[in-house]
Amino acid sequence: MADFSSEFWNLYVIILTVISIAACAVLLIVLSRHRVKAGQEIETTGHIWDETLQEFNNPLPRWWMMLFYITIIFAVIYLVLYPGLGRTTGLLGWSSSGQHIREIERADKEFGPLYAKYAAIPIPALSKDPAALAIGQRIFLNNCAQCHGSDGRGAKGFPNLADNDWLWGNSPEAIKTSILAGRQGMMPPMGPALGSPDAVDQVANYVLSLSGSPHDAAKAALGKPAFAACAGCHGEGGDGNSAMGAPRLNDRIWLVSGTVAGITETINKGRHGVMPAWQEFLGEEKSHIVAGYVYSLSQQK
Amino acid sequence: MRVNAETSQEQTVLLYAASKKLYPRSIKGHFNTWRWIFVGLTQLLYYGLPWVQWGDRPAVLFNLVERKFYIFSLVLWPQDFIYLTLILVLCAFSLFLFTAIAGRLFCGYACPQTVYTAIFMQVERWIEGDRAKRMRLDTHGSRAERGLRKTIKFLIWALIALWTGTTFAGYFTPIRDLSDLILTNSLGPWQTFWVLFYSGFTLLQAGFMREQVCKYMCPYARFQSVMFDRDTLIVTYDDERGEPRGSRSRKIDHRAAGHGDCVDCGVCVDVCPTGIDIRLGLQYECIGCGLCADGCNMMMDKMGYPRGLIRYSTQNAITNRYTTTQLRAHILRPRVLIYAVILSMITAAVFGTLILREPLKVDIMRDRGALAREVEGTFIENTYQVQVINLDERPHTYKITVSGLPNLRVASQDLLNVPATSTQLFVVRLQSPITDLERLEKGAHRLSMRVDSLTEPTISVVEKAVFFNPR
Repeated sequence: MADFSSEFWNLYVIILTVISIAACAVLLIVLSRHRVKAGQEIETTGHIWDETLQEFNNPLPRWWMMLFYITIIFAVIYLVLYPGLGRTTGLLGWSSSGQHIREIERADKEFGPLYAKYAAIPIPALSKDPAALAIGQRIFLNNCAQCHGSDGRGAKGFPNLADNDWLWGNSPEAIKTSILAGRQGMMPPMGPALGSPDAVDQVANYVLSLSGSPHDAAKAALGKPAFAACAGCHGEGGDGNSAMGAPRLNDRIWLVSGTVAGITETINKGRHGVMPAWQEFLGEEKSHIVAGYVYSLSQQK
Repeated sequence: MRVNAETSQEQTVLLYAASKKLYPRSIKGHFNTWRWIFVGLTQLLYYGLPWVQWGDRPAVLFNLVERKFYIFSLVLWPQDFIYLTLILVLCAFSLFLFTAIAGRLFCGYACPQTVYTAIFMQVERWIEGDRAKRMRLDTHGSRAERGLRKTIKFLIWALIALWTGTTFAGYFTPIRDLSDLILTNSLGPWQTFWVLFYSGFTLLQAGFMREQVCKYMCPYARFQSVMFDRDTLIVTYDDERGEPRGSRSRKIDHRAAGHGDCVDCGVCVDVCPTGIDIRLGLQYECIGCGLCADGCNMMMDKMGYPRGLIRYSTQNAITNRYTTTQLRAHILRPRVLIYAVILSMITAAVFGTLILREPLKVDIMRDRGALAREVEGTFIENTYQVQVINLDERPHTYKITVSGLPNLRVASQDLLNVPATSTQLFVVRLQSPITDLERLEKGAHRLSMRVDSLTEPTISVVEKAVFFNPR
């Protein structure tokens, strides 16, 4: 309503509403009295159905008419108390957004102490509390499972939260930071830096050799010197760098693909993993509980 | 509404009218007895059922908060709403059937409006007296006597209404708890509201509105004409036998003197709870209670005439003068037989599905976001959220088995524990070897998951799901 530049629609609604209610009242009063000439019978409505069926024009019960009048009075009282006449706000000042805010306040008052209790418990202890785990699982299933899977074991491009290989650090604080602030995992395309497709192929095989996975030994030996370009982020022996989110290359856990073709694509095109920031969505306390649940996933061995 | 022909001027006529107060007269007789039998049966059931226990819970409880309806051994969940539909269809067809046979049996004998009005009117008779006395009290009685009698009557009505309202609430909250709360004056605000609301409603409808409900509010009155035909048993006045009416001495041969059987005593009008004259024929206000028949029979007995001047008969029987055999033959007509067949089928369906109902529901939701994943380079894995609803009142342990893809197996915990009457969500991982999947088409494959109860081996459910074989 604030978008309109004139009062026209506001007045239009007000006038139509008031006229309608007034018209109902007028109709009721005027039509309930009937001037009748002497001797005239007001027996039937005049129409005959099925050859013999007629309907008498009997008076309505008085209580029925009273109910009609009560609805008119109700309408008037309602429109005075609540919004309904155009842009008026009503004497009680009710609004649906106000009701929503009140409901949030009520929920905060009821659940606030519960979350505060959990916020005070450190994550490792939280990961052993069954009630906190149940809440954490529910939040996880609603928000995290779409990417990380209902069991948290990830998918192609989405980390497995139930193993002990962490991109950004395995401390509870690191996990909570990932949830609250999100993460941007950027691997630049290294194809041009390495020079030729053959060079990429050799480096890919060398990477596989780091974890003892099946590879071509000859190509791996040729790729080892070129790996220096990768060691800057991924570490000398492919140990990874949790400060940069660079994965460990010397284990058999692969974020996207562990095949030669897959690693080749990774080197050529780079990778960009995005973990959204949940601070605004979940808030501090719920993220804390979810972090406890996520931490518990990797502790079940 | 007829305007007086003698008036010479115009008149202002009101198109609404304050309802005339009715003073129905009490009558004893066959149909009155049947009405009171039904009052007794329905009220015994209504007032008694909430107090019946089933183990440690009420036998009949519609727990709206927990979203579970308990009916003896049956526990119905919101997912069982379809049974309510079936029961409503069952009620509708039984209504069509017995209305086609004998008219407004429900209205006259079993309807709560009739039942409570009958109870309340009986109280009125005890306190204020029968018809003549009540009329005298209202027109000529002293203020003091009127005030006293009506106050006592109102208080008794209020007590009955309060007990009725509390019982109604007792179908939704265990009535033993409810009565404890009432006696210790610790009812919550909503409970207080609902008990008072139902009580007030009973008081209003049975004490004051009475026949106004039947005449103006109830839709059944209006569409009865659709369910009747000329072979429906209705309360009829035998016009041919009764006319011409008029008072005469008991001793004469009235037929010879040109009188019909009707002595125009007006008892049939006096006893009518809706205040109509059945001698005018079938009217929509008539609730088929048969009190006019009782009244007329009493009069016929006094005059020494045969009973049945007002009786249950059909329009065809009266017009064509059927014998009893012919009348009965006409009752079993195609419409009635078809309704009976449909009703039996629906009854069988309702009871069949309820008896065969499996107290286990399983819903499988595949993780769509995380399509599929490789595990250890050997398996392709899909993750599922499996919702298991244990409808039984005992805890169960269930075992999952899967089939539909080569060497498909459950990689997560395959034994699920679910407490009594509760629902639990389990995350289930299914794996199939890559070497087997390479030979299959890429994309979705159907699988079936079987959930067996180890606690009660007869309980078993098979659900379909999909396994995604990635490119």
